[in-house]
Amino acid sequence: MRTYVIVLAALLALTALTVAVSGIHFGSPAVNVIVALGIASLKASLVALFFMHLLHDKPLNALIFVSGLVFLAIFLILILIDVDFRLPEEVPPSAFWAGLRLW
Amino acid sequence: MSETTTTTTHSPFLQHHYAEMEQQVDAGKIGMWLFLVTEILLFGGLFVGFAIMSGQHHDAFRLAHEHLSRPLGALNTVILLVSSFTMVMAVHSARHSRQKALVRCLAATIALAGAFLVVKYFEYSHKFHDGLLPGRFYAAGGPEPAGQAMFFSFYFMMTGLHGLHILGGMIVLTWLLVRSRRGHFSSAYYAPVDLGGLYWHLVDMIWIYLFPLLYLIG
Repeated sequence: MRTYVIVLAALLALTALTVAVSGIHFGSPAVNVIVALGIASLKASLVALFFMHLLHDKPLNALIFVSGLVFLAIFLILILIDVDFRLPEEVPPSAFWAGLRLW
Repeated sequence: MSETTTTTTHSPFLQHHYAEMEQQVDAGKIGMWLFLVTEILLFGGLFVGFAIMSGQHHDAFRLAHEHLSRPLGALNTVILLVSSFTMVMAVHSARHSRQKALVRCLAATIALAGAFLVVKYFEYSHKFHDGLLPGRFYAAGGPEPAGQAMFFSFYFMMTGLHGLHILGGMIVLTWLLVRSRRGHFSSAYYAPVDLGGLYWHLVDMIWIYLFPLLYLIG
């Protein structure tokens, strides 16, 4: 019960943090994308590990979940590579794009 | 011999095709996690599409995302995070046979889900009023209307699909609430609460990504 309260507090704090830092310019907008996605992933990990009990559950369930993420990553990375090569030279990459590439 | 012992300790919720409760619970969990993976891939397709289109219309996407209300988006994030907490408390209560707390936690989760949809309703009606609509229905003008229309196509598709998942979750939670009031769940059997919880947390997790992507980055 105490763990759940702490995790909720951390999730709310990270939400406040992601809203707060979205107003800051870190030099490159791509860095903002990385920070936002990083905080989101941290929050998602907390939910998966504690609220969904993956930390103490049978490892098979975590394996199923992570394999889904791996396939999503393959999907995203291959699409990024493909579209990257086909973007016309004069189109500058967006911040989101550059962020994902760095990510 | 063994048959008599299984019949005497037989839970009324054990399906006949499982040897014992533990096997049934494990199978149910694996099934739920596989389903959650299909959900991740369903939303994943939209996320990848969003990435491609924001790469091609990045000025329009940045302009369009300014129309979204950050306070309302943040409010809904808080609502869903708290609802995930009440959900995990429901599972916790069921596991410890605290039936009254279980009913209260499930009711709170349903109420928070409803609150999320009410906030979403106000956001949507504001967009409808301003003509910030998907595809060819976009009527708000401004620079690069094609790109902005594309942004709102993704906005409505992603938040709409997510909203349908909230609605589906509310139906599941209501069913769990009815069964909880009948006293079906205790430390001996609470798998449906557990599995409903997994689904609810995934819906929360998807919003954890939708919020910064749509409201903060654009």
